[in-house]
Amino acid sequence: MSTVSALPKQRNPIRPARVLLHTFLALTALAWLAPLLWAIFSALRPYSETSNRGYVSWPHTLNFDNFKNAFEQSDMTHYFMNTLVIAVPAVLLTLFLSSMVAFYVARFDFRVNLFLLLVFTAGNLLPQQVIITPLYRMYLLTNLPGITASGKLYDSALGLVLIHVAFQSGFCAFVLSNYMRSLPHELTEAALVDGASVWRLYWQITLPLCKPAMAALATLLSIWIYNDFFWALVLISTGENMPITSALNNLSGQYFTDPNLVAAGSLLTAIPTLLVYFALQKQFVSGLTLGSAKG
Amino acid sequence: MTTDTTTKSQEAAAVPPPGRASGKKRVQQGHKRLLTRRDRITLAFMAGVPTVLHVLLVWVTALASILLAFTSWDGIGFDSIKWVGLDNFQQLFNDNPQFWPAVQHNVIWFVVLILLPTPFGLFLAVQLDKKIRFSRVYQTAFFLPVVISLACIGFVWQLIYNPDTGLINSLIGANKPGHYIDWIGDPNLNLWAVLVAASWRHTGYMMILYLAGLKSVDPSLREASALDGANEWQTFKNVIFPTLRPTNTIVLVVTIIESLRAFDLVFVFNKGAQGTELLSILVTNNIIGESSRIGYGSAIAVVLLFISLIVIIPYLIATFRKERRA
Repeated sequence: MSTVSALPKQRNPIRPARVLLHTFLALTALAWLAPLLWAIFSALRPYSETSNRGYVSWPHTLNFDNFKNAFEQSDMTHYFMNTLVIAVPAVLLTLFLSSMVAFYVARFDFRVNLFLLLVFTAGNLLPQQVIITPLYRMYLLTNLPGITASGKLYDSALGLVLIHVAFQSGFCAFVLSNYMRSLPHELTEAALVDGASVWRLYWQITLPLCKPAMAALATLLSIWIYNDFFWALVLISTGENMPITSALNNLSGQYFTDPNLVAAGSLLTAIPTLLVYFALQKQFVSGLTLGSAKG
Repeated sequence: MTTDTTTKSQEAAAVPPPGRASGKKRVQQGHKRLLTRRDRITLAFMAGVPTVLHVLLVWVTALASILLAFTSWDGIGFDSIKWVGLDNFQQLFNDNPQFWPAVQHNVIWFVVLILLPTPFGLFLAVQLDKKIRFSRVYQTAFFLPVVISLACIGFVWQLIYNPDTGLINSLIGANKPGHYIDWIGDPNLNLWAVLVAASWRHTGYMMILYLAGLKSVDPSLREASALDGANEWQTFKNVIFPTLRPTNTIVLVVTIIESLRAFDLVFVFNKGAQGTELLSILVTNNIIGESSRIGYGSAIAVVLLFISLIVIIPYLIATFRKERRA
């Protein structure tokens, strides 16, 4: 790691050091995008062409056929819907529940609250595989006839929603309680003196002030839950019930002989996350750093 | 820095730090006295429902992992749970040919992430923090892999590593029979191949964390250092890096936890075949594989839990000690 520029001289607008830095950054950025660009390039080419002429060859035909086929053949709409059914309630519930805990911990100095926060924060840091074996058994043993299609927590959207909420609320409770602590105490105190109920304090006074943090966390959670692969892999047995990211594994098995189709299929699953990211980039990044800013 | 000071001063206004014990108590009692019975019930629900859900699904299961690790169980009835003492661990340590390689790979995973992508992410963050043009564009490029699911990344890198059709072998002409370089199957190569993909992703993550850390460095520190005649490297080494300590702690914890959690990428890449075994893969294969042994799988999970706690506990102690002081 060598340093790029010496002392800044503000008079000279074009400095060789800056040009060097830009060249370096541009090339590195391009190298970073290369794997994705390669996947897009492969996905745009018909299988027949690449198998005849090789993958590293000048393209003669570029079209969206692979994307269309991957989308239709594997009934992706169905899997996107599965994800939606899991992710939307999971994100909303996580935010709702963790904001309540955060409110309790941040606003009332009960003796347990440090311990409570500790439990939530530590729980969020555990690797998922530490808890999966008993969780899997618990899901198999929980009978819910009539509530889920499988009659159990296992192999149901409900089961996935619950574990997402339980696991992610650790991180969110930590971030939100830090955020709420930075809000002036006088606000809630005055309302309390005026006889407002605790619920009003939470719902009408504290939550609206937490909008920036909630928006950041909502963005982050949506992407995390959408991208989840592990929980669904283990806790869902029917291929039909899988959310899109985990279904990708099965789908790729279906058309494994055609790498171009696999490329198109996996790129399609990345589109929603990319859309959310580009639309809400600021929220995403601030959410990621909210938890660490205080550390 | 500016935002940092404002939040700090707000906090200071809310909870006076000096002689905080007495001050806090007064606030607390003031709050408590104002609470009605209904308020107390509401509060109990607000804290209780999320806690029960979290504790039941995360902590009870973690404890169950520990208990089950000392038993053998067919998973059908609770009465079939048999206490077997340390048998599972003995088998794991002595007889499982995958266990020690898995531990080793988890360690390698961490060492590689902390030595290569982490410093590189810091380096990129320092460059991008210089108020240069197109900073956003560069950031987006480096950060893109963090947004995409690891499963998708696994498939994308397969297109590069595939011995027949992949980019690398096509470029170097190693895709003809007899000349194969099997990046995915060769146990001497596949871990490194998958670590390239993992590092590719980790760099962007670290860059974002360090960028946030650098934003909170007081610019006057930098100016003072420049006035003292320090060059860029000296300023970074003696002034900037020491103030990044909180970020470094986070980075270390995040990297260790990520190394222990590493799963999706490897599973998609080659299902954790020989050469890429990881503890997380062994646990999972024990469940979804053909011969599921609950006690045995839990024993692997306990090893994983034990290593995690070595990291989690000191981190939490440090964090919450600071919180108390604040």
